[in-house]
Amino acid sequence: MTDIDTLDKPSTANLEPIIRVRGLVNQFGDQVVHDGLDLDVMPGEILGVVGGSGTGKSVLMRSILGLRTPDAGEIEVLGVDARSQAAADRLHIERNTGVLFQDGALFSSLTVGENVQVPLREHYPTLSDSLRYELALLKVKLAGLEAAALNKLPSQLSGGMRKRAGLARALALDPPLLFLDEPTAGLDPIGAAAFDKLTRTLQQALGLTVFLITHDLDTLYAICDRVAVIADKKVIAVATLPELERLDHPWVQEYFNGPRGRAARNGDSRGDRSAPAHATGDV
Amino acid sequence: MGARDAAPTITIDQGNAAGSGPRLQLKGRWTLRYAAQVSAALADAPDQAGSVDATAVDRLDSAGVLQLLRFAHRRQIDFAIFDFRADHHALVAAIEDVADDRPRKKPEYGFAAALGRLGFAVVDNWVEIVALISFLGENLSKLLRMIKQPRRFRLTATVSHMEQVGLDAVPLVFLLSYLVGAVIAFLGANILQDFGATIYVVELVNVAFLREFGVLLTAILLAGRTASAFTAQIGAMVSREEVDAMRTLGLDPVDVLVIPRLLALMVTLPLLSFIADIAGLLGGMSVGAFSLDIPPQAYLSRMQETMHLRHFLVGLAKAPVFAMVIALIGCLEGLQVEGTAQSVGERTTSSVVQAISLVIVLDAIAAIWFMQVGW
Repeated sequence: MTDIDTLDKPSTANLEPIIRVRGLVNQFGDQVVHDGLDLDVMPGEILGVVGGSGTGKSVLMRSILGLRTPDAGEIEVLGVDARSQAAADRLHIERNTGVLFQDGALFSSLTVGENVQVPLREHYPTLSDSLRYELALLKVKLAGLEAAALNKLPSQLSGGMRKRAGLARALALDPPLLFLDEPTAGLDPIGAAAFDKLTRTLQQALGLTVFLITHDLDTLYAICDRVAVIADKKVIAVATLPELERLDHPWVQEYFNGPRGRAARNGDSRGDRSAPAHATGDV
Repeated sequence: MGARDAAPTITIDQGNAAGSGPRLQLKGRWTLRYAAQVSAALADAPDQAGSVDATAVDRLDSAGVLQLLRFAHRRQIDFAIFDFRADHHALVAAIEDVADDRPRKKPEYGFAAALGRLGFAVVDNWVEIVALISFLGENLSKLLRMIKQPRRFRLTATVSHMEQVGLDAVPLVFLLSYLVGAVIAFLGANILQDFGATIYVVELVNVAFLREFGVLLTAILLAGRTASAFTAQIGAMVSREEVDAMRTLGLDPVDVLVIPRLLALMVTLPLLSFIADIAGLLGGMSVGAFSLDIPPQAYLSRMQETMHLRHFLVGLAKAPVFAMVIALIGCLEGLQVEGTAQSVGERTTSSVVQAISLVIVLDAIAAIWFMQVGW
């Protein structure tokens, strides 16, 4: 089962989680970040991951991606063990996941177009130059950038454009699973709302499953189907927002029912609040 | 599902030719992974098509849609006659939205572009020279200001840099100078032996080291070791906006970052040159003792008879100048970093190259000048 095309699309009634984390333990020296963390991400959903600073949201993402070897626990991504070092398993995960790092993590010596072509060159070296170029152009425009951005260097782009370019690179291989690490951090509210909308549109058009780390309450309310809360070194809840607001936990209460949480819920300060897709996807 | 079903195929259904052409039936997986087969299948497809039935396509991604769009564009087939499965509609619509216009021209890689880059490089070099001279002026004026306002001077930073660029470099400078001294003695002895003048090795090593090699070797070593460190340290701070933060807090980056480094190097480079002189002389003496039959006592007494203080002074006089060149280039390049990791690397390379070249050029000019003056 290490073939991208043998995976079922989310449209079929498939209740197997696309990411399954069990008993994850991560520690740095004496400092335990995760202690017995469990999490399921279902195909076709946008799962928001929230938690205070230092609760290990990014560490969780890095563990799932295999960038960090956890100290204990099991992680299964797209049907393979994330800790596996076997070439076929690594390839399977690399081809089927896209990652947008916090500031885009674009290669600064390459233009945006070349950045997007990197994964295509690496994984499909036999693609013709023209098709690869057109695919890069397509992804850049899907991410909401002008075609002219293709020949620009990352240093010539604004923060919001860098994120869009990073998203284009993450989408280069049409991965079914997309990781976004604080995609709206550092964007102005209008840019952030536009990015939320883009995420939702792409998720529906491409049938993506999105693992979204965020601090942004507006993003949670605008696009997330379910939200996982990390606190006390575990995922203390995975639920829809109305359920979480009622959860009796001090951090959760302060987070969702504090002034900012209420503003995001009531004020509809930005973003489209269209009815979220079902967790199983309505692509 | 077997591999046979996976390959993208087109079957032509002639019988049901209701419109202007046959009906094409697409099957299989039209994805990036099968891009080559998709191209082949589309190349074999007929020029005319009445309708295209893609509802039996098992799997479709943006690469597949893009190739179908290109196919439709090439054959001038209206994309509306393509019939997709319901759950592919969103994807097709999204790709169609953004893929309508033709790709732009790629950047130039030809001869004209190369000529253009050459022109830019010449201008850049000129700008660099002007920048270095004005940076020298800025530093001198701020040093003068520091004499009037001594509280601007940062003693702790200066001493810390002295340790890093001076004390920590002693073993390296000593070892390399010792070896070069020994090599010069060997080379000289080989030639002087033919004239029976082996004892002149002492003068050769003395003059060579005290006038030129001691200070030159030290300066080249520090240009590699210290100029690069200065550029990388300051460059990393620039790229993390620390230098901008400094300016907004009312700190002058030249006072805080450049002058401590400049003074530290100007103090330590002459001292290191002195160590290099001693090490070089020791290298020559060792070769004399071990393989030229000149015992250390004879070597030393010959040294005392023939050595002039002016050689030593000529050599050491160049040290502060070299120190200034190395420190200024290292710091200036660091301050010119432009925020990317690549820029830090480029600037570091450039600072080492500039520092070493300039040190050698200045040394050559100084050598000619001192000879002409008769020192």
